[in-house]
Amino acid sequence: MKLLNHTISYLAGILFILITGWAVLLYYNLLDEIYDSLDDGLANYKLLIMQRAEQDSTILQRHNFGEFNYAIKPISGPQVYTYTDVYADTLMFMENEQEFEPVRMLKTVFRNGDNFYELRVINTMVETDDLIADLLVSIIWLYLGLLASILVLNNFLLRKTWQPFYRLIQQLKMFRLEKQEPIRYGKTNVQEFRDLNEAVEKLIRNSTNTYLSQKQFIENASHELQTPLAISLNKLELLVEENNLNEEQLRLLSGAIGNLERMARLNKSLLLLSKIENRQFITEEEVDINQLLKTLLEDFEEQAAFKDVSVTLKEDGECRAQMNPDLATVLVTNLLKNAIVHNYQGGAVQVTVQPGKVIVANTSKEEALDEKLLFSRFQQGSQVDGGSGLGLPIVKAIADLYNYAVEYNYTGMQQFSIVFRAPAKKGEY
Amino acid sequence: MKILVVEDEPGMLDNMVRSLEEEKYVVETAATYEAATEKIHLYKYDCILLDIGLPDGNGLTLLEELKKQDATLGVIIVSAKNAVDDKVAGLNLGADDYLPKPFHMAELHARVKSVLRRRKFEGNRLLELNNLTVDPDERTVCVNDVQLALNRKEYDILLYFLSNRNRLVSKTALGEHVWGDQIDEADSFDFIYSQIKNLRKKLKEHGAQLEIQAIYGIGYKVQAT
Repeated sequence: MKLLNHTISYLAGILFILITGWAVLLYYNLLDEIYDSLDDGLANYKLLIMQRAEQDSTILQRHNFGEFNYAIKPISGPQVYTYTDVYADTLMFMENEQEFEPVRMLKTVFRNGDNFYELRVINTMVETDDLIADLLVSIIWLYLGLLASILVLNNFLLRKTWQPFYRLIQQLKMFRLEKQEPIRYGKTNVQEFRDLNEAVEKLIRNSTNTYLSQKQFIENASHELQTPLAISLNKLELLVEENNLNEEQLRLLSGAIGNLERMARLNKSLLLLSKIENRQFITEEEVDINQLLKTLLEDFEEQAAFKDVSVTLKEDGECRAQMNPDLATVLVTNLLKNAIVHNYQGGAVQVTVQPGKVIVANTSKEEALDEKLLFSRFQQGSQVDGGSGLGLPIVKAIADLYNYAVEYNYTGMQQFSIVFRAPAKKGEY
Repeated sequence: MKILVVEDEPGMLDNMVRSLEEEKYVVETAATYEAATEKIHLYKYDCILLDIGLPDGNGLTLLEELKKQDATLGVIIVSAKNAVDDKVAGLNLGADDYLPKPFHMAELHARVKSVLRRRKFEGNRLLELNNLTVDPDERTVCVNDVQLALNRKEYDILLYFLSNRNRLVSKTALGEHVWGDQIDEADSFDFIYSQIKNLRKKLKEHGAQLEIQAIYGIGYKVQAT
């Protein structure tokens, strides 16, 4: 639920209770005030009638209401002394509405000469059911009106108020540590947002520093390892060339050399990854992917033949990519190598070129692979084969550099696709 | 043949000197930019192996200096940086080749021989071993003047072997030289064996007087028979 709707749902609830309570209160207060003024009017009327009766006794004969608002009838007996004014609600047939309507009636007793008379004065009254209905309608309108205005205000005001927050969130969603794109903080006078911005900035600065120093460390370590590796490898080679070694000694040396070579390759791959991530491959040109595939497939011919893997190239169109030619070679090489190495004796590799897309599919002993692990460094069984475990991460790094998509599918074959597309424009997410 | 090795790492320098001396080259060394400058002004070399990461100066500046003095001098840049820019800059400045560390000794010899061959136009540019002759410019191989039909990779293998005759060539060095960097899975070196088998067969059919000897687990050695 969005923050905006969240506050509104609370406000709606609170307003509902508040307005309902207020409506009840208003109703009773209103009614009370109406009765009060009605009763005042009736009392005044009573006095007028009593004064009139003293001058004109004919009105004492008015036993029924008729067209007048009062009726008088003589009474006697002791009850006259205990009588007090009684205001009461009653019903009366109204000619115009043809139904009984509530009226307010004052019942009192007065004396004219020696006789006592009961006087009943009436006044038409508000129809409470109508009043309630009217009130209800008004209140519903008020409620809806309030909600609507809050909604509009919220949308306008809250959105404006929370703008720095949404802006930050939007950028954080896109934030990638390795891309090093700075976060632009909106200006805000709100203390909380300033705190948030500061906290985020600090967090990002710390993470970036840690990331950079770790990356720097890997680069330095790989780089510093090159020379000692080269020296040890060459010293062992010199030793092997001494002709006085027996087979067992040669076997041991061969093992050492093999592992040093593996280490050198690993190191080289790590350095390559760093270089790609540091965008150190600057020159770009239009690379003919079809041609590149043909050349590289020829290089892999013997390897594939040795493994009895049949390689087919299907050209459904021309594919060209604007990129660094060395990286293009590394990209395609790694894809092909992966397809041949992670294959079985007698398997197949199918390479399909489409406009803007290359698909490399290979048979494999394995089922569908975990896509998340596939492109992370030193994953899956690749190291068992003496591979660096960096082939696919390098593919991913190159694709990321140029905003190409790498897709993995399992269709009975392990299928990797590279979608070459124009790099996103700056500022476009 | 006189070679100058400019390298500041003593271990690296020692290896290169030892290996080059086995090939009967006259090898001199310089561990600093200054020493190297001095030597190139005093003596004449056929080939210079130049480490561009020197403690007291950039090897690329030295290269410029060298080329001003003698444009026909063969220079191979040796670098631990393996940076594309350095490679491009070096080759633009007139270096003949770029060799990233770490490298195999066999690779070093192949590169040095290739540079010397290219630089010595007046000399014999053919490689010979008994009755076998290789013309690197034409990329042809003849046994007793009869041309052999070798495919590109078989030719590359043979040329590499001839540049490293009487020397042990490891499978890895050979694989990386002929097939490039993509051959970097340990199990993929096994296929080289079948390539060698084909080459041996073709050489034998034509009666070439050389032997490709397999050295247990490591690689091959080519000798005249």
